[in-house]
Amino acid sequence: MGKRVGLEVTVAVAEAVALCRIDMAGVYPITPQSHIAEHLSNLVADGKLDAEFVTVESEHSAMSAVIGAAAAGARVYTATSSQGLMLMHELLPIASAMRLPITMAIANRAVSGPLNILNDHSDIMPQRDAGWIAVFAENGQEAVDLSIAAFKIAEHKDVMLPVSVNIDGFQLTHMVEPVILPSQEEVDAFLPPFVPHATLHPSNPVTMGAFSMSDYFTEIMKAKDEAIKNSRKVILEVWDEWGRQFGRSYKPVETYRAEDADILMLTMGSMGETAKIAIDELRGKGVRAGLVKLRLWRPFPFAELKAAVKNAQKLIVTDRAVSFGGPGGPVFSEIKSALFAQARRPSIYNYIIGLGGRDMAVSDFVGMFDQVLADRAQAKADTYEFWGVRE
Amino acid sequence: MNIVENFDLFAPRLINKKELFSCGHRACSGCAEVLSVRLMCKALGDDTVVASATGCMEIVSSMFPTTAWRIPWIHVAFENAAAVASGVEAGLKALRKKGKIDDRYIKVVGMAGDGGTMDIGIQALSGAMERGHDMIYVCFDNEAYMNTGIQRSSGTPMGASTTTAPAGKASSGQKTWKKNMPEIMVAHEIPYVATVCPSYPLDFIRKFEKARNIKGPSYIHCFSVCPTGWRSPSETAVSMGRLAVETGVFPLFEVESGHYRMSPDMPKKLKPLRSYFKPQGRFRHLTDAEIDAIQERVTAEFNKLTQKAKFL
Amino acid sequence: MALKTWKELPIGCVVFEPGSASEYHTGSWRSQRPVWDDAKCIKCGICYVFCPEGCVQQGEDGFFKADMNYCKGCGICAHECWPRAIKMVEEG
Repeated sequence: MGKRVGLEVTVAVAEAVALCRIDMAGVYPITPQSHIAEHLSNLVADGKLDAEFVTVESEHSAMSAVIGAAAAGARVYTATSSQGLMLMHELLPIASAMRLPITMAIANRAVSGPLNILNDHSDIMPQRDAGWIAVFAENGQEAVDLSIAAFKIAEHKDVMLPVSVNIDGFQLTHMVEPVILPSQEEVDAFLPPFVPHATLHPSNPVTMGAFSMSDYFTEIMKAKDEAIKNSRKVILEVWDEWGRQFGRSYKPVETYRAEDADILMLTMGSMGETAKIAIDELRGKGVRAGLVKLRLWRPFPFAELKAAVKNAQKLIVTDRAVSFGGPGGPVFSEIKSALFAQARRPSIYNYIIGLGGRDMAVSDFVGMFDQVLADRAQAKADTYEFWGVRE
Repeated sequence: MNIVENFDLFAPRLINKKELFSCGHRACSGCAEVLSVRLMCKALGDDTVVASATGCMEIVSSMFPTTAWRIPWIHVAFENAAAVASGVEAGLKALRKKGKIDDRYIKVVGMAGDGGTMDIGIQALSGAMERGHDMIYVCFDNEAYMNTGIQRSSGTPMGASTTTAPAGKASSGQKTWKKNMPEIMVAHEIPYVATVCPSYPLDFIRKFEKARNIKGPSYIHCFSVCPTGWRSPSETAVSMGRLAVETGVFPLFEVESGHYRMSPDMPKKLKPLRSYFKPQGRFRHLTDAEIDAIQERVTAEFNKLTQKAKFL
Repeated sequence: MALKTWKELPIGCVVFEPGSASEYHTGSWRSQRPVWDDAKCIKCGICYVFCPEGCVQQGEDGFFKADMNYCKGCGICAHECWPRAIKMVEEG
């Protein structure tokens, strides 16, 4: 049985990763991720984790090194944030094309400029098309559970893809929360040893990362797209199995008081918890409000999303990033596209919120509901605005 | 003719017969870089894993769904061969320690061209060397970005005409001196730094064998004649490399734990630079005065190096 | 060889056939070919060592020959041959 302890979330995540018996980690320091790297290196230094901890000289090399080690057949881990993730950007689609099951924590943080070290989702959004499975945690326990489950999903023989576990910077990474850490025996029972599809070893000399001309490139892209789409089945299975073994189960889309709701709000990451309180407050006033939490960003959970919003009149999509000069926030445009062909779909409103660590109180969430409810002509549907911006 | 005398009748008998880099690769006719790769594979043998940067050697050898490699090989991107190699090394080390793979000794090699090493890849290389990974890094230096069409790099020598530093009415080609990469590696205080040229195959193989047996990082800088980019006849690829050595443009030496040693193949007296420049189209525009200035620098650099070999 | 469909691609496009580049015959690039005069050959093997293709091999008689499926006709072997036993001849 695992024990319930009070831990900073980064430390809890590092402990969880150590329970997965990684062979190698390559991590470069960046706020607010660094505590993961520090705690992992402590565990190695104290002999509690038998792994090579490579102190790379950049995030680009962090991703390069874990790609190399994964190709050699090792179970690998890295973590980053913001500018570090942007520096890795080049390598992310290569890791997924090579089908290397790398697990990475992203302590989500605003992207420069100007420099800002606080939380939003502008780092992960530009990685949308990298071919990585992307999941979002709402609290410390989820960060632990989803991190361990990530290894199992990534390494499943029908998946073999990298996974990012998104954990809001500071708002989540630096919270001290009560967390149940599973025991080593429990994790060993849950997570089988990594069996790679190919390895860099002289006993069977293979070539990885071969060059492709137009004769094969389309087929390779199609195969990668099918691979990530097919990972959905394994993600559902692994999260169900986690639920059976540990009593906490996860779904690609989760809802709160949504069944009979006229008006829904969609969040990703840690702000779901504040939004929940706003929902309760609105329900207390007789507003039939509900919450939809998007946990799985890639592969996009189309069926689950459609089912979750099918009865609502209005849907407020919150975005933690901007698509400058685009159709609205990145999540908003995906949701609109997902619902476009539905015969009956809610009017969709978009608020860009909580940029660069801007605090979002319960009253802010209530305020968004109030605005949307007041919009009887639905004049503001299908457009976006920056919540709380000084005019 | 001393090369042949030194070389003797024994060359094929001294060299690993196994071709670990297959025929059918798409390198240009007369490519001395691919010859270097072939000789490197012979020197290092089967128990080697190569991480290659993007570049000529990568595209000529790995046209999907085929490969010229008979040893494990990986390509990820342009600037990160050293980082990928360091990850492979760390991964294999962990797996061997945990008994998940057999415990044979495998040498990991990172390789890139001059651009991939001296320009875009220098950070990853510096990091990997500083961390002390048990690996060899090889720079196959053909003195420009040949794969993308002969653009200048920091490895392009003074006066050479390239497509981004062309000779013209107002320019004599490359305006800067070649970056001294081996010295930058020596400054990392790694156990072994060496320069090689495939025109001297026994020296070449001996240095790779030495690097293979050193535990820790080694850096080998390989001078690789590019007939296409240098506008020189393909059949002279090997003799041109020899001229680079004989003129002191590319001295063969090694630095073991800080101690310099000139290769026994180095001539007592250097040939004039003109004999090396003349057959190459990339230097054809240079005036006598310009060649004299470059000659002066080559002589000075060579003397500096021989001083180090005497005293360090 | 028929091109594979997307369903037939190996995971991660790993190439499992070492040295399979030899399926491709680069000999068609050649405009001149090396011809050995065995009477002049001293069997030193320089042609074998310096061949960028690795396509020069020693026969059982000790003499050398290039595999014309791969020889690109660069002429290094002829240029380096000390006893001048190799001549480059224009392809017909």
